[in-house]
Amino acid sequence: MSAPLLTQRTEPADPLPPAGPSRSKRRGRAIWRHKTLYLMALPGIVYFLVFKYLPMGGLVIAFQDYMPFMGVTGSPWVGFDHFVRLFTEDTFFMLLRNTLVVSLLLLVFAFPIPIVLSLMLNEVRSRLFKRSLQSIVYLPHFMSWVIVVSLFYVLLTTDNGAINNLISRAGGDEIGFLTDPDWLRPMYVFQNVWKTAGWGTIVYLAALTAVDVSLYEAAELDGAGRWRQTWHITLPAIRPTIVVMFILAIGDFLELGFEHMFLLLNSLNREVAEIFDTYVYTAGIQNGQLSYATAVGMFKGLVGLLLVVIANRMAKKFGEEGVY
Amino acid sequence: MTASTASSATKLTYRPDRLRKPSPGRRVFQVVNGVLLIGFALICLLPFLHVIGSSLANPGELATRAFVLIPRELTLDAYRYVLSTPTIFRAMGVSVFVTVVGTFLSLLVTSLMAYALGKRHLRGRRVINFLVVFTMLFSGGMIPLFIVVNGLGLLDSIWSLILPFTVNAFNFVIMRSFFQGIPDSLEEAARIDGCSELGVFVRIVLPLSVASIATIGLFYAVAYWNTYMWAILFINDSTLWPIQVLLRQIVIVASGLNADASVVEVVPPAQSVKMAVIAVATLPMLVVYPFIQRYFVKGALIGSVKG
Repeated sequence: MSAPLLTQRTEPADPLPPAGPSRSKRRGRAIWRHKTLYLMALPGIVYFLVFKYLPMGGLVIAFQDYMPFMGVTGSPWVGFDHFVRLFTEDTFFMLLRNTLVVSLLLLVFAFPIPIVLSLMLNEVRSRLFKRSLQSIVYLPHFMSWVIVVSLFYVLLTTDNGAINNLISRAGGDEIGFLTDPDWLRPMYVFQNVWKTAGWGTIVYLAALTAVDVSLYEAAELDGAGRWRQTWHITLPAIRPTIVVMFILAIGDFLELGFEHMFLLLNSLNREVAEIFDTYVYTAGIQNGQLSYATAVGMFKGLVGLLLVVIANRMAKKFGEEGVY
Repeated sequence: MTASTASSATKLTYRPDRLRKPSPGRRVFQVVNGVLLIGFALICLLPFLHVIGSSLANPGELATRAFVLIPRELTLDAYRYVLSTPTIFRAMGVSVFVTVVGTFLSLLVTSLMAYALGKRHLRGRRVINFLVVFTMLFSGGMIPLFIVVNGLGLLDSIWSLILPFTVNAFNFVIMRSFFQGIPDSLEEAARIDGCSELGVFVRIVLPLSVASIATIGLFYAVAYWNTYMWAILFINDSTLWPIQVLLRQIVIVASGLNADASVVEVVPPAQSVKMAVIAVATLPMLVVYPFIQRYFVKGALIGSVKG
């Protein structure tokens, strides 16, 4: 039934009909049972073949001058031309710079904030207060990037936006947050923190509940204040979690994602806002250079894969379960 | 976990002089900590309150006041205008359809696959499982998927927002470990009673994992509802836009700061209308959020341990 799709690694061809009375009945029944299981997995397997592995095979167009009406088989092969073009054009360095700078900013600013936030939440004594705070700071995580960017758009716009209104009332000059290239990165990082910081505390809060309370009692006896307890007990206790989260963040270093930056990108800030993810869209969908855009995406995907694999190796070395 | 301090220390007699009740310094710390946290929570809430407040204010007030949180005079005019056009309803309809049908289909396909591939005796399962997990690490990317979707004739079809995203590898892994946690003895008993494999799945496994499946269903639902990137790729027909795309068109593109020039020019809508559109687009998630939050917290933890 589904066996051919599973290639060589599935059941060995069994000459017996499933309900065949000869030989061992048990074995026949087991095979029949497997066949039902394969059938159950079939829609999912077809999904992965069609929408995951077919596109992966489609990466060959990065080595072609793909023309939609000619198809993959009819388009001429050009070898590494698109990659050579990518690495020799100035655009590449702009993309690399923009991607790396924003990633670095996220690592420096967005990574530590959930740790600090969870330590602070951990000090809250009233359960109700803590719960309420958690409910509020988790909320932005559920909003789409479109909503996040829209919420800030109406705050930051120079067209009667609240922040600029306040600035000009205070006698200052209006700031073109949305168009000024200098403001793109701070705005991006701020919105990222706004959306993800609260949610990011969950892992750390869970790690904090596992800290042995008797350690605090002992420290208290030794006269350690709350700060020293935090420094000498709490932080070391969640250090493995921090290390793993940091390594995973390194693994996702280039994964800025398309949506957030695309929504902030416009013709005035393109010089700093265009990253690999958005450039694939710009080059491929808007400019119609499908093969070139595929090469750009493939380059980024391969570097990303390399980073994740290295990060996962490192995470395992630190004695924690890896991501896969 | 935080509050229990000196109570059990009476047994340990050494240095009893160092035992302390919450000191004044500690009190101050608690207050400062609480104030800072409230500050952060306010930053999280303020953009929402600003949009909702502004959407309820009349245009005159919006033009004269710098920062509207609570309007002096409430008016529903902006909402009346927004809801009188079919556009928003249509976009909401598209989003609801994609979310409901997509979530159902995703749960069906994912759960069947996760159950089957969780069976340790199934030949080939290791290869398939690896191939599934590999898609979390590497993918063909935007353009090749676009070409495949185009080749299947799904461009400008509502199904292009569902079919290419039917199974999420991450959700699959979580669900598989849920199913593997169900004791084999239960399934075995049903099999001895003459239940088929599908029967075991439907009658034994599914009823035992309703909560887990609901959690994964919520993961899928939120992802479908928030779909944006693929909608701008696959859907050109504006009558098929989901709410996220429409929202961006109205708030950002109509203001002239569009990233792609290919869109039709629209007259910039009045500010209160913009606010109302954002509020309407945000509302469904705000309404369901209190109910789904704890499932997500649980799921996030499972994901971080098992993923």
